[in-house]
Amino acid sequence: MHRNSDTRYTIIDNSWIGNNTKMMILEGPTDEFTSPGQFVNIAVPGFTLRRPISVCDIDGDTMTLVYDVIGHGTEALAELKAGDKLDILPALGRGFDMSKCGDRPLLLGGGVGCPPIYSLAKNLIEAGVLPTVVLGFNSEERMIMIEQFENLDIPFYVATLDGSYGTKGYVTDVIANEGLNPDFFYACGPLPMLKALCAQLDIPGQLSLEARMACGFGVCMCCSLETKSGAKRICKDGPVFDKEDLIWK
Amino acid sequence: MEMNDKNGIARDLGVELCGVKLKNPVIPASGCFGYGYTMSEWYDINILGSISFKGTTLHPRFGNPLPRVAECTSGMINSVGLQNPGIDKVISEELPLMRRDFSGPIMANISGFAIEEYTECCKRITGESQVEWIELNVSCPNVHGGGMSFGTSCDSVAEVVGAVKKVTTLPVIVKLTPNVTDIVSIAKSAEDAGADGICLINTMLGMRIDLKTRKPVVANIMGGFSGQAVFPVALRMVWQVSHACSIPVVGCGGVSTAEDVLEMMMAGATAVEVGTANLIDPLACKRIIESLPDAMARYNIKSLKELKDL
Repeated sequence: MHRNSDTRYTIIDNSWIGNNTKMMILEGPTDEFTSPGQFVNIAVPGFTLRRPISVCDIDGDTMTLVYDVIGHGTEALAELKAGDKLDILPALGRGFDMSKCGDRPLLLGGGVGCPPIYSLAKNLIEAGVLPTVVLGFNSEERMIMIEQFENLDIPFYVATLDGSYGTKGYVTDVIANEGLNPDFFYACGPLPMLKALCAQLDIPGQLSLEARMACGFGVCMCCSLETKSGAKRICKDGPVFDKEDLIWK
Repeated sequence: MEMNDKNGIARDLGVELCGVKLKNPVIPASGCFGYGYTMSEWYDINILGSISFKGTTLHPRFGNPLPRVAECTSGMINSVGLQNPGIDKVISEELPLMRRDFSGPIMANISGFAIEEYTECCKRITGESQVEWIELNVSCPNVHGGGMSFGTSCDSVAEVVGAVKKVTTLPVIVKLTPNVTDIVSIAKSAEDAGADGICLINTMLGMRIDLKTRKPVVANIMGGFSGQAVFPVALRMVWQVSHACSIPVVGCGGVSTAEDVLEMMMAGATAVEVGTANLIDPLACKRIIESLPDAMARYNIKSLKELKDL
């Protein structure tokens, strides 16, 4: 009835997969996850607040997280080694609703927003749906997970802002240039990218948002969002929201 | 309520706050537990002595812009800004869910920006089943008093307490801000105005700057500092106020272990609120309550009530 209170996970691997990005593989309970796009909240030794990180992949009792090393908290995470234990609250938030995917779903990831898109793509393929994936990065040296996405064997495009790889520009340029014609879209990435997608795509979609959080499970009201259906908590009512519910200012 | 320690010896955790019996002194602090039912995903919240619900105002409030939170050494800063759905929705939508999951006594945390907002909220919440106390948050700015917090002057504290006491039959516990020069005079002023109890402390005003952006971390620039780092300040104020006033004191500020609860009670607290610890560990209150009997055994305490007679 209540959530599993055993929140101890063991690090299997914690390796660099990009200039500024690490992939952490952990062993521990994964049975509470219900949808791709959910996140975990990690107690980082020496810090008060947990660090929320979205899940990249679940495989049996292993969980893969991908994170940018951007501050003291993630720097401390980056120092951890295989065998180290972490206290993690798993399966938080509401992930992507795969039942809405339509016939031709388009999946878009930007930067460190790509990992949950990988999990979604994998789950859709397992459900017999063929998604198209477009990823955007600042440059070739900031790209992550290209090989994993290529191995999914689905229509796959990359855009880089400086043109060092794939289409020069944004994910929105790929959609226009390639004449992609989806009937539903899912996106995770920086806010300007999400906003541009909502303006460009005249189809329903779901977007994953992020915010600085304290609890991550819906009681502190630190990550509130004003939506068309009232105040929502990004950590609990999201992080995934319907496009139709979002207010762009 | 009695709980056995690891040697099977019964330890009495029961306390009484303003005439209302609590099975133990542990109360999740307002703003760190919502209206209870969200936390019942993690454990049976009926183990708790009481719950102080999310600060509620007359009108719905979205609160402050994001970011609302900043990391600190052994603590955090928040600038939520009293986000809540307003007293009427709290009564019609939140309280029924709270009572579905929690059958114990509820503490109604009420805030306002004018005296009339406090009195109107208190009128409406009085008589709601299970609501046994009003916890008056006097840390908000008084819009008719130049924006100064009600809780920073003896006169405005007395004014709001006096006005609320006229409209409710519930015991009124005044939750004080520590951001004052003399906490004792403020507490005495609340007592003289008819307060039935004092809760302290609310958060301490603090701020952080992001070195990369050279801007304050929280959008509201300043926010309330809480967590383990404030425990000694809270304990000191609980000691001062409980030795100067004759009404019960609820200790709050940085409590995160059973030992902290005992220390607060030795300083004079009748009951103890747990705030930030819940945000870090959703099971914090449960763990604290379950480790109280062994902690009491370690310090040879048979009953928590006996600590009040120190």
